[in-house]
Amino acid sequence: MTLPADYLDYPLRRYGMDHDRYDWSMLPQRPPVAWPNGARIALWVVPALEWFPLNMKGQPFKPMGAMQTAYPDLRHYTLRDYGNRVGIFRVMQALDAHRIRASVAVNAAVAVRYPALLDACVKRGWEVLGHGLDMDHLHHGGLAEDDERRLIGESLAILRQASGQPVTGWLSPAKSESFATPDLLREAGIDYLCDWVNDDMPYAMRTRAGELHAMPHPIDIDDATILVQNHHTEDDFRDALCDHFDLLYREASADNGRIMAISLHPWVIGQPYRIGALEAALAHIMGHAGVWAATGSEILAAWRAGASITGMPAGGAPARSR
Amino acid sequence: MTAAAATGGVPATVRDPGFYGYLPYDDRPVIRWPNGARVAFWVAPNIEFYELNPPRNPARAPWARPAPDVLNYSYRDYGNRAGFWRMLDAMNRCNMRGSVSLNVAMCEHHPEVIKACADHGWEFYSHGTYNTRYLMGMTEAQERAVIQDSIDTIRKHTGQKLDGWLAPALTYTERTMDLVAEMGLTYVCDLFHDDQPGPVAVKSGRLASIPYSLEMNDTIVYNVNLVSPRRYGDILRRQFDRLYAEGERSGTVMCIPLHPYLIGQPYRLRAFEEALAYITGHEKVWLATGLEIARHFNEHYYDAFVKAARPVGEAPGPDLAGAAGRDSDRRVAK
Repeated sequence: MTLPADYLDYPLRRYGMDHDRYDWSMLPQRPPVAWPNGARIALWVVPALEWFPLNMKGQPFKPMGAMQTAYPDLRHYTLRDYGNRVGIFRVMQALDAHRIRASVAVNAAVAVRYPALLDACVKRGWEVLGHGLDMDHLHHGGLAEDDERRLIGESLAILRQASGQPVTGWLSPAKSESFATPDLLREAGIDYLCDWVNDDMPYAMRTRAGELHAMPHPIDIDDATILVQNHHTEDDFRDALCDHFDLLYREASADNGRIMAISLHPWVIGQPYRIGALEAALAHIMGHAGVWAATGSEILAAWRAGASITGMPAGGAPARSR
Repeated sequence: MTAAAATGGVPATVRDPGFYGYLPYDDRPVIRWPNGARVAFWVAPNIEFYELNPPRNPARAPWARPAPDVLNYSYRDYGNRAGFWRMLDAMNRCNMRGSVSLNVAMCEHHPEVIKACADHGWEFYSHGTYNTRYLMGMTEAQERAVIQDSIDTIRKHTGQKLDGWLAPALTYTERTMDLVAEMGLTYVCDLFHDDQPGPVAVKSGRLASIPYSLEMNDTIVYNVNLVSPRRYGDILRRQFDRLYAEGERSGTVMCIPLHPYLIGQPYRLRAFEEALAYITGHEKVWLATGLEIARHFNEHYYDAFVKAARPVGEAPGPDLAGAAGRDSDRRVAK
């Protein structure tokens, strides 16, 4: 086995990123961002409502939560449904106790299959985010652009009709994208995207239809990552959330806020023995002064209003020739 | 005749890389670190650039998912945008310099990160060009070009002579150690066989192996072993306590290899910083860089270690044509 001579060619070895989707930017060097009422932390809670079809193909990869056994995998199918029937209502109770309105990422299939569930979210003033069609329709590089456009269009049409909301935020199933996903989402009226985990704050992305913003939706501060993938205990999950909050709270100030985002899956955190960990962490967080629990759209709007680095500044990035 | 020709075109493999003789831990020359320190302690942040869509190396896919793997790419990118700066502050609060395991293309992509390291007196050593360009399958000329690129880029951007090596993404050819030694490097971090430095048997030059640690490496701890941040802090203390105790008899080395995209996550930083403060708060700890440890070892102990090394016996087993005889050639230390 030998490698071709051009294996050592580096056409994108240059200042900044190796793509043009967004600019290189260092978190501590950004202008301060003030949240409403001098809050230090914007708390953003993002549960996901997912449907994993029993006969899912799992292509091009199996997302977290996919069917595992030979068909028909009744145990995993029904356990995921547990989240939509039972678990989510424990999450709602935990959030309601602190008047926290979530931003809920919804597979369009869930909105169609369980209208009562979507109504329960909307009734609480939760923001609905696009979350694809279902967990067996991943966006990925092997998808023809027209097919992906239809997938996005259909998903958003269902959610917008069912929720009565404009639906301007998007989380791709399994955070999986094609090279065109941000372009197609912006063309479909999406303002912010939750797939990229490279920042603690919003930042601007370029698309062929104008500017889109990335919101800092985590993969680590996530019940499925910590409790299912990592097999940590409920207390570990609580500690992770509290430690995360404590550091951001110290880092933030009244005139320079931070965002604490929590990603939840009701089939994970909604189990009776686990929900207490979320409740304990929320009690810790909400026990602090200067915590502003808000939806993604509200946080992004405040960031855009307060930050002088909205927009992709023409002179923002140093010359490429460096 | 080349090894490959001798085996009918199939590349020959060896059963043992032959980089070192056998030195029992309780019967080898005694190491004394400067100022009576028991442990030479160093922290090795891996400052890395992963490409979104690199050319394919048949031996290894760059990403777990098909391109573009925005989840894993952006996870790494977090280190440079956010995590590094938090890690830097924690290191500064503990007066700890880093020895940077550097993907040298970082010098072009993110010179601000390089400057911040240089401003704090950190050492730079090479971790290849990108963490998405692997050495497997390279010709000798290609591999030399990668090493020369590192030498030139680090000198150009930091003024430092390149002395250390940790292969990009821990990928190798059989020539890697020989080439970095021949091209003037002083130490490698690729060998995990010891808690003390040791000589590496190479064709030319004088190369030391400096203990790095996969067990303490946050990538292994977090991405492979999937432990919690507080557990990692506990692991670091236990490792240090033992090496500190043993270092009274003969000096030991403890390394914490880090990745800013992992350790710089808000929920992980505190447990790490508390462990770092615990370690650096001890009296008989030498807060060193990789090169400082390598120099001290090479000057005072390299020859004694070569002399004390026991020969390694020829393992029995099937006669792998063209391979068995090559096992021990390298091990005849200079």
